[in-house]
Order: sequence, then C-alpha cells, then structure tokens
Amino acid sequence: MVYSYYPGCTLKTKAKDLDAYARACAKVLGFELEELENWQCCGGVYPLGSDEIATKLSSVRALAAAKEKGQDLVTVCAACHHVLKRVNDDMKNVEDIRFRANNYMELDEPYAGETKVLHFLEILRDRIGFAALKDKVVKPLTGRKIGAYYGCLLLRPSDRMQFDDPENPSIIEDFIRALGAEPVIYPYRNECCGGYISLKEKDMAKNQTDLIMESAAGMGAETLVTACPLCRYNLNQSRTQEKVPVVYFTELLAEALGVKAEAAETNAEAAADAKGNTKPEADTDKTEDMQEGGTQS
Amino acid sequence: MQRIGVFVCHCGSNIAATVDVKKVVEMAALEPGVVHAEDYQYMCSEAGQAKIDAAIKEKNLTGIVVCSCSPRMHETTFRNAAKRAGLNPYMVEIANIREHCSWIHKNMEEATKKAVILARAAIAKVSLNTPLQQGESRVTKRALVIGGGIAGIQTALDIAEAGYEVDIVEKTPSIGGRMSQLDKTFPTLDCSACILTPKMVEASAHEKINIYTYSEVEKVSGFVGDFTVDIRKKARSVNMDKCTGCGVCQEKCPSKKTPNEFNRGLNTRSAIYTPFAQAIPNVPVIDREHCTKFKTGKCGVCAKVCQAGAIEYDQQDEIVTEKYGAIVVATGFDVIKLDQYDEYAYSQSPDVITSLELERIMNAAGPTKGHLERISDHKAPKNMVFIQCVGSRCADKRGKSYCSKICCMYTAKHAMLIRDKYPDVNVTVFYIDVRTPGKNFDEFYRRAVEEYGVNYIKGQVGKVAPQPNGQLLVQGVDLIDNKQILMEADMVVLAAAIEPNKDVRKIATMLTASIDTNNFLTEAHPKLRPVESPTAGVFLSGVCQGPKDIPETVAQAGAAAVKAIGLLAKDKLLTNPCTAKSDELLCNGCSTCANVCPYGAISYIDKEVNDHGIRETRHFAQVNSALCQGCGACTVACPSGAMDLQGFSNRQIIAEVDAICR
Repeated sequence: MVYSYYPGCTLKTKAKDLDAYARACAKVLGFELEELENWQCCGGVYPLGSDEIATKLSSVRALAAAKEKGQDLVTVCAACHHVLKRVNDDMKNVEDIRFRANNYMELDEPYAGETKVLHFLEILRDRIGFAALKDKVVKPLTGRKIGAYYGCLLLRPSDRMQFDDPENPSIIEDFIRALGAEPVIYPYRNECCGGYISLKEKDMAKNQTDLIMESAAGMGAETLVTACPLCRYNLNQSRTQEKVPVVYFTELLAEALGVKAEAAETNAEAAADAKGNTKPEADTDKTEDMQEGGTQS
Repeated sequence: MQRIGVFVCHCGSNIAATVDVKKVVEMAALEPGVVHAEDYQYMCSEAGQAKIDAAIKEKNLTGIVVCSCSPRMHETTFRNAAKRAGLNPYMVEIANIREHCSWIHKNMEEATKKAVILARAAIAKVSLNTPLQQGESRVTKRALVIGGGIAGIQTALDIAEAGYEVDIVEKTPSIGGRMSQLDKTFPTLDCSACILTPKMVEASAHEKINIYTYSEVEKVSGFVGDFTVDIRKKARSVNMDKCTGCGVCQEKCPSKKTPNEFNRGLNTRSAIYTPFAQAIPNVPVIDREHCTKFKTGKCGVCAKVCQAGAIEYDQQDEIVTEKYGAIVVATGFDVIKLDQYDEYAYSQSPDVITSLELERIMNAAGPTKGHLERISDHKAPKNMVFIQCVGSRCADKRGKSYCSKICCMYTAKHAMLIRDKYPDVNVTVFYIDVRTPGKNFDEFYRRAVEEYGVNYIKGQVGKVAPQPNGQLLVQGVDLIDNKQILMEADMVVLAAAIEPNKDVRKIATMLTASIDTNNFLTEAHPKLRPVESPTAGVFLSGVCQGPKDIPETVAQAGAAAVKAIGLLAKDKLLTNPCTAKSDELLCNGCSTCANVCPYGAISYIDKEVNDHGIRETRHFAQVNSALCQGCGACTVACPSGAMDLQGFSNRQIIAEVDAICR
C-alpha cells in the first residue's frame, strides 16, 4: 500500500527523528510513505476565523495533490494532522469555504474533501491492526512502563477529529501494549501542554506540564510517548524534579521492530549533511517554513 | 348546492398580525357555494360562537368553514357550536391559518395568499361533506397502570379508591421504583421508605388492585374504553402461593457475585433474590442468567433448603390477556450512563459516584449500612465535591438539553445531611445555577449554605484526576472570583441527568402514544391537557412525561387517575364516525385492505348478488366501525378504489388538492 505522505516542517528540522523512524517502520510494516512534491507548511495552527481562506490553501494543495494520486494522505505530526484533517472537513462540509478556496486554487477539478486524512497511528490501528503489529515486533519492550501523552490536537474537537474518545482515549495505550510494554494510565494524558502559549507565557505552559509530569511519574510512568513535537518540547521544559523522558511514538515502534539503530544512522547522516551546509533540496524554497518550524521548538 | 358560511378568526394578533383577515373574508366570499363570510377577533369565544350560531340560523347554512387555529385545538369547540345551531357537526371544516400559516410566516402578503388558499381548500372539501352520525362503544371498567413506582402506585390507589379495578404491571420483582432506593426526601428530610412502604402495602392489600410483578406488557390492541393487553409474566421460578418469604434460599445460594441492581452495583447479590427487604411481593425470583442450576444444571441448593417447596425450576413465562378501558403509563426514569463523561473519571475511580449511588451509601439498608465511606478503601471522607448538571443542560450531543429538575434539591439535601452527621467533612458544590422553585425549596437550599456551611461555587468542573495517593484532584473554575480552582477530594458525587426508562419507546409504540426527541411521552396539550396522551384512553403519570420530583409526581399521578376515572365512569363512548367504508360494487375481494389495517378492523363476507340476471356469490370487504380508527391506510392501498374514508373521501381530498392548485 502506498500512501501520500505529508511530513511537515518540524519533521524536517527539529523532529527529524520522528520522521526517520516513521519511514523505517513503514518499510517493515509493508507500506510506503510517498512524500508529496512541493508540499507547503500547513501553518501549524488551524485558522479558527470562519472567513479565513488564505491560511487554509496550503493544506488544500496537499489534500488535492493526494487526491490526484488517488492516495490517502498520511501525517505523523499531530499538529499537521489536526490542520489537514480540519481543513479537509471544511472543504467537504462548508460550502462557502469550499467555493472560495476553489476560486483561489483554480485546480483542474475542484476539490471537495475527497481525500482521506490518516494519522500514522490510525494506520496502525485501522489498517494494520494492533494484533498484526504485535506479530511484527521482534524486540518487545517487555517490562517497560510507558505513559501515553495525547495532548489536544489528535483528540479535539472530537466530532471533527474522530480519532478516539477525547476524555478516555485508548489508541496509544493499545499501541504500547502491542509493543509488549505496559501502558500507564494517568489522568492528565489528554490535558493541554500549553501549546504555543510557551512562546509568550512560559510559566503558564510550565504549570501545565508540571501537572502532567507529576501525574505521569506518580502513576509510575518511566517513559512518556507522544506524537507531537510541540508537546515534547513543552514537556521537556517542565520544572518537575523527576523528569520522565519523552520520546516520539515512532522511536518506540522502531525499537520494537528492530530498526531503530538503522533509522538513527540515516537520521544522523542527514543531520550531518545539513550541518555541512549541503542544504537539502526541499529547504531552498521553504525558508519561511523552516523559521516557522524553528519557533515551535 | 351547499350554503356555506366562512368565519375568519383574528386570534388576537396571532393571525391578524401576519394575515390580512379582511382580504381572506373578501376572497372566500367569491368561492362557489359561499353565502356568508365574516371575521371576528376571537371566533372561539362565546361572542364568536354566537356569530356562527346566528349565521347558521339566519342564512340557513348547510356547512361552515372556520379559518383559525389547528383543528387539534378547537375543532370540537366549533363542531359543538354547529350542533347547537342545528347543523350536523361533521359539516364543519377547519382551515388552519395559524400554526400552518401566520405563526410560520413573516411576509403579510404571502401569508395572506396562503391563508386564502387554505380557506379555499376547506370550502372545496365542505362542499362535498355529508352529515355523519357518531356510533357508540362500550367501556371496560378496569384500568391498567404500567410501572409500579410511586407514580404508578399512587395512580392505582386513586383509581381503586373510586371503585374501579386496577392492574399494575411492574417489570422488576418488586413494586417501589426509584423512590424505594432513596434515603431521605427533600425538603422535609423524612425517610423515603417510611412514607413509601405503607403505600406499597396499601396497594398490595387493596381488594381492587391486582399487581403483576416481574411482568411486562407484551402487546396492546383495541382503542379507548376497550383495550386488549397481553401481559408476559416472566418465570419467577418460585411459586408465589407457596413461598413464605423466609429468605433462607437467598442466604444459602452459593452464587453471590451478581452486581446488585438495587444498590446500583455497589455490592453483589445472590442469584435467587428479592431486590430489598421490604419488597412487595416478598417472594424472590431466580435470575436465570446468573444461577448455577440454570447455567450448568448442577446446584439446586435453594430447592433443598426451601421448607415450603416453593422452588420451581421448570416454570415458564406465561401470557395473560386482559381487557382495560384506560391505560396509565408510569414507566419512570433512570440516570444516564456516564461513559461519555470520562473527564469526571467515573469509570476510572470507584470514589467518583452518582448521586443515586450516594443515596444507597447513605441508606441504613445500603451496602455500607448507612456509613459514609469511600468505596475504594472504606475510609471516611474528609473532603467531598458535588458536581451539578452532569449531562443536564448540555449543549453537545452526549448529554441532555433539558434541566433534570431534581438535582439542585437532592444535592442540597445530601450536602446538608453529610454536614449534619459528619460536621468535620468539607462539602463543596460546583453549580451552573441553583434552581429551587417549589414550596419551601429555596429556604431549604439557603439552610444548606447558611446554617450548614456548604461551600457553593458557581462554575463548572473540567476534570477530576485520580492521584497516585488515591485522592481525586478536582480542577474547576470559580466564575464569581474569576479564578481556576484545584482542590483535592476524597469523594466526588455527580448529579447525573435523568432520562426516561429505556423501555418507554417500546411501550409508546405499542400504545401509539407519541414521544418527544428525549423519549419523554408527549402530552395532548402542554398546558391544558398535561396528563393525557394524544392517544385517547392513554394517560401519563410521573417522570415518563418529564422530569419531576416526588410531590409533583404524586400530584400528577392523582390527576392521571382522575382522568382515567372520568373515562371509566362512562358506560358508553361516542365513536368517531370518520371510519372507512367499502363500496360493494367496486370491491373485488382482494384483501389488500385487510393486510394493511393496523387495527384488524376489516373482515370479509360472502354475499349472493344479482349481476344483470346472473346470480353469483362474491367476496366483499367489511369494516367494523367500532374497531376502525379512520387512519385511511386501506383507502390508499385499495387497488379498485372501493375503500373510502367517511369525512375524508377520495373525492374530498382531490377537491382540496384541486382548490390549492387552482
């Protein structure tokens, strides 16, 4: 199975490992992530203004490109997934937005929300199945106590995202179980980390992440797993004494599937390339996106 | 040719503000057959009816059209007025220019145009009306009450006291309902059992009341005054005549792991059980799903220990068929499931409970013998938080849009009782609004705040987080102080919304009684006929009609009883003459009509006819007008056009359509 893949800016900058592990794992699990050509930054935040069109266009471009290829559109970053999914929903259901966006776009064929937007976790749950995933695990994470950190973007608003129960989600716990580890349920796993407020009011974000960290550590979590680069950044800023390490879900997956070292190597090479001033092609026309991604972390 | 009079009502400004009534009069007067047309401010008033009376007599009218509100509102009023003036009441037609026109339109010109068209259609119909005579049907002097809670018990007692036979059908093994689960009742704090159990005993001992417990209504047919009902008596597996209620079987039953419904699952019960000690009848039932004897065939302990030999494993469900003149629905309520409200951690912590569970904990006969303690570790709580409106007044799909009405008062009651009995326990209540309209209700709530020091915080709770130390961290907002609140609690009590009993849909379907989007049964009129269903002969008692507390429930139960008594007191009822009639010359005996008739009103007869000298036997449809409800299904189904509905004939309907399209 081949999916259109929308990595997003952060996965090209501060969260390269999230991307590298995802690609490596996809290979093992028998599906292909085909990166869209010339994708643009989704904006990072879903524009709530109902008359806001311009900021939704980059998402529409990605969605329409996937439609052209007849593929489902996959994301790994929670923020990109959120924006793409909701813009797609608007294109499907809000006539005014659909009409105006298509006027701007002048596509060969108007786009009306035909593409299915999937998060990588949804592929694991709905397409591969956690039972089948369990069979593919070669190095089970037996004995490890892992807490899922969902954040908001994957879950809310629940009627739009249709990802999981927003108050008592289970997809990441099921994922942790499939990898052979023990999920730790703690009540703050679906609370907001503060998001972008950490740019302006650091303390407020820290108050939030302190609560989350203390709750997770108190319930016995030794590792936290997330799908969102911004959540990871904020959680790492927590002032809690006993900090629980936060990793991306793809890293745990790569580890359990036995491809972590290999993926890390590729990732390191890429990082070295970037340092050596041999800019990856994609970056030249995405300078702005880089900055956007930069501010996130 | 008919001589038709048209009467256009202003309904104050209800119609006249949107419809130009003078114009309607003017246009109606031009219609063929119309010899009189006038308007008046309130046609339904005495003066308005006098105008109709005078016109009928002076102009010698043979039919009238009243352009006014819905026929559901005043058709009977105007039919009676016509009758008094000497006109057959079925020569009256209503053009609904209020609900169907003025109330739903804004533009006067368009609304007037529509009102004229509606009037024209009614005129076209009344031109083809023929005088009809009402028939009679008998009344069975026995009432059925569905549901044996306080509403059903009170209705049954009131009907029985008037001298009529009443049957109560109760789904569970005992009567008593929700009220039997409560500890104390507001605003007087008297013990619920102390006021309920005497009523239960009175009902069971009353010579006119017959109680079917562990039974369900299976099928309802017939109509007002003459319902036929099938009641399924579920196999109790215990002989009711032999059982002495000694309780040994329950003590000795080895399978004791079934969640106890009566205690809201806070503890377990045996497979053979009575729901509670004061159950009526005091005869246990065997829960076959959880009984070892029924699951594996091995056990039989209860039969061995029963001195009376009352255990009967081979009992079967039994269907009893009874006739009733009136049916009262008193199916009550349940609290909503809280699986959509996981922000309050109900499914994650045993110390987050609903108010009904707290009732059981506070009750001396409950799972903790009335001792206030946490379910998780049996420790006495120091801090308790109550959260109001869990699922009530909810804007999104997971909850109910309505106010559950009883929660503000029972929470004040709980808070006060706890502060009274355990003064060292801090009680905090988070609320949106405190609603306490009712006699002595607000005084009660203020006592909780002022005398008992209950901490009321205006604001909602966003999250209840179980902490590693077993405490519950309550995260809320104080809207008056405009600040976030984080407080630790040992127990959190949720005032979960109430909803009609799940079975009410099934029962409403059987009775063809209408229900609203929240599954509450609909009244015939929200203000003027609040205890009657729009289906004749069906009455509503208690929360099945809408949220209410015990005093209101008892009041409504009495009102429903009075309506039922009023019906049972009549020997005969006048029947609706608008029934179907088959034209023998057109009927080909195909039986399509009989197949679609929901009331079983159509049968077939063989008749010898002389068709142009040829004598032959033909098969004809015949309608039993006592059973026919005039729904018209057969007239649509009949392929040869032989079936027609009196008062709504095919010709009349087509004439209306023609008039509208003209």
